Amino acid sequence: MERPLTQHIHPESSPLNLKEYQQAGGYAGVQKALKDMTPAEVTNLVKTSNLLGRGGAGFPTGVKWSLVPMDKEEPKYLVCNADEMEPGTFKDRYLLEGNPHQLIAGMIIAAYAIQAQTAYIFLRWAYKKAETELRKAISEAYAAGLLGKNILGTGYNLEMNVHLSAGRYICGEETALLNSLEGKRAIPRTKPPFPAISGLFGKPTVVNNVETLCWISHIVENGADWFKGLSLTETGGTKLFGVSGKVKNPGLWELPLGTTIREILEDHAGGMLDGYGFRGLLPGGASTDFLIEEHLDVKMDFSTVSAVKSRMGTGTMIILDDKTCPVAFLHNVEKFFALESCGFCTPCREGLPWVVKILEAIENGNGRMEHLDILKQQTRYMAPGNTFCAHAPGAAEPLQSGMNYFHDDFVSHIKEKKCPWKP
Amino acid sequence: MLSEEEKTEIQKETGQYPYPSAACIDALKIVQHHRGWVSDESVKDIAQLLNMSNEDVEGVATFYSRIYRKPVGRNVILLCDGISCMIMGYESIYEHISKKLGISFGQTTADNLYTLLPISCLGDCDHAPSMMINNDHFNHLTFEEVDKILEIYK
Repeated sequence: MERPLTQHIHPESSPLNLKEYQQAGGYAGVQKALKDMTPAEVTNLVKTSNLLGRGGAGFPTGVKWSLVPMDKEEPKYLVCNADEMEPGTFKDRYLLEGNPHQLIAGMIIAAYAIQAQTAYIFLRWAYKKAETELRKAISEAYAAGLLGKNILGTGYNLEMNVHLSAGRYICGEETALLNSLEGKRAIPRTKPPFPAISGLFGKPTVVNNVETLCWISHIVENGADWFKGLSLTETGGTKLFGVSGKVKNPGLWELPLGTTIREILEDHAGGMLDGYGFRGLLPGGASTDFLIEEHLDVKMDFSTVSAVKSRMGTGTMIILDDKTCPVAFLHNVEKFFALESCGFCTPCREGLPWVVKILEAIENGNGRMEHLDILKQQTRYMAPGNTFCAHAPGAAEPLQSGMNYFHDDFVSHIKEKKCPWKP
Repeated sequence: MLSEEEKTEIQKETGQYPYPSAACIDALKIVQHHRGWVSDESVKDIAQLLNMSNEDVEGVATFYSRIYRKPVGRNVILLCDGISCMIMGYESIYEHISKKLGISFGQTTADNLYTLLPISCLGDCDHAPSMMINNDHFNHLTFEEVDKILEIYK
């Protein structure tokens, strides 16, 4: 099985340096794109490959690039979203620490496709090792003429900068990220205009996730059909899937899109730890709807997980076991979303702390049956279309599905006036 | 008053952007790097240097969780309270640290050695429970491990 993204990653040793990566075939895509292809040809190739954004939303990458106006001479920007903060998610970190040159190569090609002359990597402050490795790799690339002026003698110029975040989950929302890069509070912007038209400093900007950008060089080298052939479903490509919680072997694996949840959970994560039973899982980070036993044969892909009313999200699963209280689980998750709300719009700013207070009351045995109606009402107020960005709708996803699948547990907390999981 | 060193570092950052206020977050980080936290006076100094209002700088400073607007101890312990760490038992680790150091989240020890803060998901979920002290990550925490780690920073 091909594992293009992780083939050169060995977490126990240092990542390949530039020379080693080039010897292994790295940067061949950069040569090909900059020397033999026009920017439009690169964009069309990525469009044809059907590469869907790996940050969680699954928007077609080539389509995003094609929205950038190409007829005007003006500054344009490429931004790599490396602000990984989705609870339970640790995939971008693996790529950043394990093979920074793969990302840089992808970014050079992506920037060339939209003719950006400046690229930023918006990196989570906590990823110290990733920062060190990235800065080292970028300076190697500058020294080798792969960044800076007149790259590989083609006349194309690109500057690349690392920007360290100062915390806050909302920075992962692409327009909030742009405000943060401009030195402002990270509050999402109105769309339209989309960043492709008016983004960083008011100029056309493309924001792509780390895992998405890591694909670009491979697609240029090997073609769209090769990429499509890597998955078991129609989407194309492999995906980094992760599992955390009470399983025998928590970790991260690169597998074809369309691999079933059961295979990831049992064959790769080794199944539940002895003495722990499976109750449910969030398939792609904290902002995705719960799935339960009956969904274990669902294929992990954007459309197949959506078909069972959840989202593949980041593809890193969090497992709920039978010794963890589902109400306490949700209380933890909703507290995170309440703390991380930017505070701009009402359903999110006011609704989430209300949800947290109620969950806390239920968990501590002070819940009432009418609390369940209030929680359900809040998930409707926070539904897509009622809020300014996707933060509150994301927070509503585990809550609405958790209340549905674990209804009896909510009721037993209220009836017994205590948490059945606490002694 | 900002030191000459701080001013030089901030001005180097402003050069990267089309206008000075875009370096606001960088400036806050630079001051915090030198002083450990950002005081009201520093907020005003940064505002003046970047041609911003005090309120705008304050708005940015209070928005970001890694800008400290109160003094912190010599070592900042950031204990992950994310969902994967909760499942793997961060709460008992918290109680252990809290009892050992005699402080709760948000507090600093009397000898100014440690400040204890919660931190959302550190991306160490497959090695939970996790924490950071200053710039270092620690995984698979147990009571014994925590005791050993805290010794390093004494």
